[in-house]
Amino acid sequence: MASLAATFGRGAMTNGWTDVANADVILVMGGNPAENHPVGFRFVMEARLKRKAKLVCVDPRFTRTAAVADYYVPIRSGSDIAFLGGLIHRAVSTGKYQANYVREHTNAGFLIQEGFGFEGGHFTGWNAEKKAYDKSTWQYEMGPDGFAKVDPTLEHPRCVFQLMRQHYARYTPEKVSEICGCTVVEFERAADMILVAHAENKSGTVLYALGWTQHSHAVQLIHAAAMVQLLMGNIGMPGGGVNAQRGHANIQGSTDMGAWNMLPGYLKIPRANWTSLDEYLKANTPKALRPNSMNYWGNTPKFMTSLLKAYYGADATPENQYGYQWLPKIAEAANHSWAYFFDGMTEGKVEGLISWGMNPVANGPNTKKMLMGLSKLKWMIVAEVFETETAGFWKAKELAEKYYPQAGDAASIETEVFLLPASCFAEKDGAFVNSSRWLQWKETNIEPPGDAKRDQEIMSRLFLKVRELYEQEGGRSPEPLTKMKWDYATPHSPSLTEVTREISGRDLTTGKQLNGFGELKDDGSTVSGCWIYSGSYTEAGNQMARKGQEDPTGLGLYPNYSWSWPANRRILYNRASLSTAGKPWDETRAPLRWDGQRWKGDIPDYKSDAKPEQYGSFTMLPEGVARLFAPELVEGPFPEHYEPAESPVENSLHPLVSFNPAAWVIQGLGDQLGTAKDYPYVGISYRLTEHFHYWTKNVSASSQLQSNFFVELPEALAKEKGIVSGDLVRVTSARGKVEGPALVTKRLRPLQISGRTVYHVGLPIHWGFIGRINGPLINNLTASVYDPNSGTPEYKGFLVNLEKL
Amino acid sequence: MTQTVVKLIDTTLCIGCKACEVACQEWSDQEFTLGTFGGTYQTMPDLAPNFWNLIKFNEREVDGGISWLMSKYQCMHCADPGCLRACPAPGAIVQAKNGIVDFVSDNCIGCGYCITGCPFDVPRLSPESKKVYKCTLCSDRVAVGLEPACIKSCPTNCLTFGERTEMLRVADQRANVLKEDGHAQAGVYNPAGVGGTNVLYVLKDASDPTAYGLPKDPTIPLSVILWKGPIKWLGTFLFAGGILGAFFHYLKFGPKHEEAPDDEPL
Repeated sequence: MASLAATFGRGAMTNGWTDVANADVILVMGGNPAENHPVGFRFVMEARLKRKAKLVCVDPRFTRTAAVADYYVPIRSGSDIAFLGGLIHRAVSTGKYQANYVREHTNAGFLIQEGFGFEGGHFTGWNAEKKAYDKSTWQYEMGPDGFAKVDPTLEHPRCVFQLMRQHYARYTPEKVSEICGCTVVEFERAADMILVAHAENKSGTVLYALGWTQHSHAVQLIHAAAMVQLLMGNIGMPGGGVNAQRGHANIQGSTDMGAWNMLPGYLKIPRANWTSLDEYLKANTPKALRPNSMNYWGNTPKFMTSLLKAYYGADATPENQYGYQWLPKIAEAANHSWAYFFDGMTEGKVEGLISWGMNPVANGPNTKKMLMGLSKLKWMIVAEVFETETAGFWKAKELAEKYYPQAGDAASIETEVFLLPASCFAEKDGAFVNSSRWLQWKETNIEPPGDAKRDQEIMSRLFLKVRELYEQEGGRSPEPLTKMKWDYATPHSPSLTEVTREISGRDLTTGKQLNGFGELKDDGSTVSGCWIYSGSYTEAGNQMARKGQEDPTGLGLYPNYSWSWPANRRILYNRASLSTAGKPWDETRAPLRWDGQRWKGDIPDYKSDAKPEQYGSFTMLPEGVARLFAPELVEGPFPEHYEPAESPVENSLHPLVSFNPAAWVIQGLGDQLGTAKDYPYVGISYRLTEHFHYWTKNVSASSQLQSNFFVELPEALAKEKGIVSGDLVRVTSARGKVEGPALVTKRLRPLQISGRTVYHVGLPIHWGFIGRINGPLINNLTASVYDPNSGTPEYKGFLVNLEKL
Repeated sequence: MTQTVVKLIDTTLCIGCKACEVACQEWSDQEFTLGTFGGTYQTMPDLAPNFWNLIKFNEREVDGGISWLMSKYQCMHCADPGCLRACPAPGAIVQAKNGIVDFVSDNCIGCGYCITGCPFDVPRLSPESKKVYKCTLCSDRVAVGLEPACIKSCPTNCLTFGERTEMLRVADQRANVLKEDGHAQAGVYNPAGVGGTNVLYVLKDASDPTAYGLPKDPTIPLSVILWKGPIKWLGTFLFAGGILGAFFHYLKFGPKHEEAPDDEPL
């Protein structure tokens, strides 16, 4: 999501599932929706049936999606940026881009300061000591009026468009073939199918998921896809967009509501160097870079003040900076991503862990480190529906074998584990936020069994008890707890309706629910727990519970069904579906029209009564246009192909800087990296449609559908090793090993990379040591290597060896 | 007038998710077991007395590339059902006016002749109950105006359900679109050898249905045709334990397909 925010202004799927049916061409790359999003995949099928849309699938594996695609191209895991860079090169060099869109709606014409460049694998400003870039040369050239300089002809040698053309000139079809392993013909055929969408009356969509996000260069990769889509004029268009398919029913919601580095609504978490609310707001309220930029983040003070009022209520006053000092602050350069938790544990720096809605022993890279970390805790609380590998980590054979050989059981592990029975989705009400950003309200179906409690009750009881202890016994800085507003009707278990109303927000002077974030104020007179959700629960009631199936635009936007953030808008950046002058690029597919007074159709991503020419079309960015050149990203403003941390080959573009120089490579317990000499094959982990992560191994139906772990192997490799389907094989990496039966398949094509044959070894993930069906944890093999923008581990493309047992 | 109902399977939209397998088992109250590993994504080895709907996977090389075919395998509800022809037990197999071929366990004598009669190898004999079972096309659901459970569960609209003429039209239309799209061999699987089936398939390559696990030209075995035709009297005569009863039954009630209970309109 980090990439989409840096490119367009918001970290979310731009369009929505139902809108996929409006596409003319669908690129599935870095995802396998037929497998992992089969219900959403119906809209892909609808596009084929209704619009004769073409489905192009690019993936190391011939997947279930590939099986129904019009065209499939295999590429090596970790080579996606080379493929997308090749698309950019082909679009620009053959004129297959939507020129008017690029000029009007992107920063293609913005001039970059003198001194910016790229050489030998580094952009300018690389500091090898700090392992970070000084971005001072990556900035716009500013005019005397205080705004960025723009060349609308796109001809200035230092304008973004020309720099982009130059950067991707290296990504020729031959280079793509050399890096990715597909043939030139395959690349060109796929490219020509995808680039059809550059026509003003054609739309193409991109669907991706963890096949893109789980790389050490994932955010750059998604930025590359966003660039392709901007060149095609596909952002803001029905049937267009860059569409991240979320892997859990509410993962978009959990992102929206905050993370270690974000407060709700994508407000940055305070850093220790922002010592006052004023300093915080100054650092996080951007200034417009163009005179016509709406620069909606300019309203940050309203969002932040309303959030602080939600946290601290009447105790939040202008005098005490609305309680800003009670918010936790992290050191200026500190990184508290969960990626580092387990190193902290193994080093004895972490005493306790509350693991809730996550199963790090199964999910985290280098399983042994996860297990070992937990074994060094004093206490751990796990709130779950089932016992997970995390709750039962002390049962792991690996732990007993390697670190506690004398015990062989839990006796020598001192971690005290509390497993709290939580409740599953059907046992509670509340909203799920799906990939389409729809907040869909659901009711409780059945009561939680036995002693199981709903999340809000577990959370509230913990909070109230800890607060009581602070009140009774004092302690350092108790205010974050004692000042927390907790005026719910049943404090130990607040109703989610009550909490949701608070999140949506109210006007404190009238006591009325707000209609949306446009009504938020920075003077403490409004409250909203997450500004982007403002308007989801109004005086008219719970908007998320709506079931209206009207479709006035005929584009499948369904404005009266559930509620979509922001402001019930269905297609983000929909203003870009028209020219600056206000003419739809495609009259048959216009989500928005200007009637001379107001915008009609979808909720405009624009001021509802502002004339077409008044503002730029990307309202969340200070440029007012989308970014082809995105200096926010830590490893460069343009995506560049870097090899995975463990790669079978050197980077053929710049062998000396083969790997993403800014990626996080953690060197904790057992974190060594391997080389192709010892581990010659490319491992990739993935999900199967029959299972949902590590949950459904507790469910009888799913356990029947895929009972057994297996290792997928290319036929040629199996032949080389004398392996046939069903033979037991062992897969090893520099971190660990897994064993299981081989599934020999034609669907993993050997690829020719830089003159050698590269094989993929496929490793589905759904097993573990607890549940109805058991099998190895694949993350025994994976490395503690992360994307530096998002903190997502590199689970696609790590090196393994293979032997027949 | 009762309409003939049809399940249409558009194999070009099937993603092999197996939702139909689960829906079938849940609706028919069959217990889940553990799957086996047979070297493909197919995890149940075969149809079984308590497993009536199987997704088969077939990967093969075509034109330098590969294809991975997924298809659903269950009772075809033939217009001229070999099982019904073969069955000697009165009322054990019935063909409703809506075309559903249903097994009535109470009347089944477990002889297994229907297995011989079926050109699609569908019915399965339970060693425990000594009865034969197969897909009912959810005749209970259809009777009250619902679609079969598999249809309801299908996420991609690969499975659709409706009246025969309309489904044939939709199937032809889909095959024509595929032809326009360059799949010259696209077509509808509706084999004449069994009088047509009420489970239709749209195939990208109808010239080779075996790639989808479907027989190319299914016909009812000659022995079964004879058994129900010229020498039927002999079979009936020789049938152990019920010679007279069956004979009188035959005289009284006539051929079995006329005994079908009245079904509800779609």
